[in-house]
Amino acid sequence: MNKDAVILIAEDDPGHVELVKRNLWRSCVANDILQFKDGQEVLDFLFRRGRRAKCEEKGRYLLLLDIRMPRVDGQEVLRQMKEDEELRKIPVIILTTTDEASEVERYYEMGCSFYMIKPADYNKFMEAVENLGAFLSLDWVRVPQIDGAGRC
Amino acid sequence: MNKEGVILIAEDDEGHFELIKRSLQRAGVCNEILRFADGQETLDFLFVRGDGAKREHDKEYLLLLDIRMPNIDGMEVLEKVKNDPELKKIPVVMLTTTDDPRTIERCHNLGCSVYIVKPVEYQDFAEAVRRVGLLLSVVEVPQIDGMPKSKGVVK
Repeated sequence: MNKDAVILIAEDDPGHVELVKRNLWRSCVANDILQFKDGQEVLDFLFRRGRRAKCEEKGRYLLLLDIRMPRVDGQEVLRQMKEDEELRKIPVIILTTTDEASEVERYYEMGCSFYMIKPADYNKFMEAVENLGAFLSLDWVRVPQIDGAGRC
Repeated sequence: MNKEGVILIAEDDEGHFELIKRSLQRAGVCNEILRFADGQETLDFLFVRGDGAKREHDKEYLLLLDIRMPNIDGMEVLEKVKNDPELKKIPVVMLTTTDDPRTIERCHNLGCSVYIVKPVEYQDFAEAVRRVGLLLSVVEVPQIDGMPKSKGVVK
């Protein structure tokens, strides 16, 4: 992936955040990683609201998005992003424990790039994230630049 | 991706196709693979028309899509697939020699899942595709049911 691209992780479980980060690093993902503990925080970042960090106007981002989170859930985050003409360009990979077929279908319909189920087994979860990392660490994966942040 | 899912590869270069197929298999991907030599063939398959092979109902598909192809190019295929309420669920992985920021932006705007530039070196190309295969082995892909809701015409 472009070296200046930033990986955003929206995940309320601190244990999962650590596991994801560690295994992305293990597979040589060298991109900056920012973490958000719920959907509201990541929306504030993307739409440049609130007092915390805000996304760069010409930044490149990729989002790893959990579904079940307090305050605002992943579905609402994805919906708002894909309705925004700039933010819709950000690839969103769903990373969740929810494994219903109808959910998988719905999230692809809404425009997620991929839907990944967190395996309940710790080692399998690590392995899955390593596979994801092996892909993201490729120099040839291109993420577009956002031209001005979300406007909604 | 389930074992029953089918990987569609739209690629006019036969050498590239063989390399992609072999590299996916090297990553342990054992799904059925179908090749389309241009955009027209790809659309005919997806929109269930013409004389060639046709898409089946209630099956999982994933599309690896080249951009520069004869007849209809990959951008147009992407646009038509993502404009159809049913076919839009198919994850589309762009795999192309085109490394142009505007094209990358346009493809993401239209709804491609990821965009990969084909490495020039044979070994790098094989490795990139192998890692696509690793990714495919850990993601879920939705079933596409029924007929396309549109006729593949872009307004």
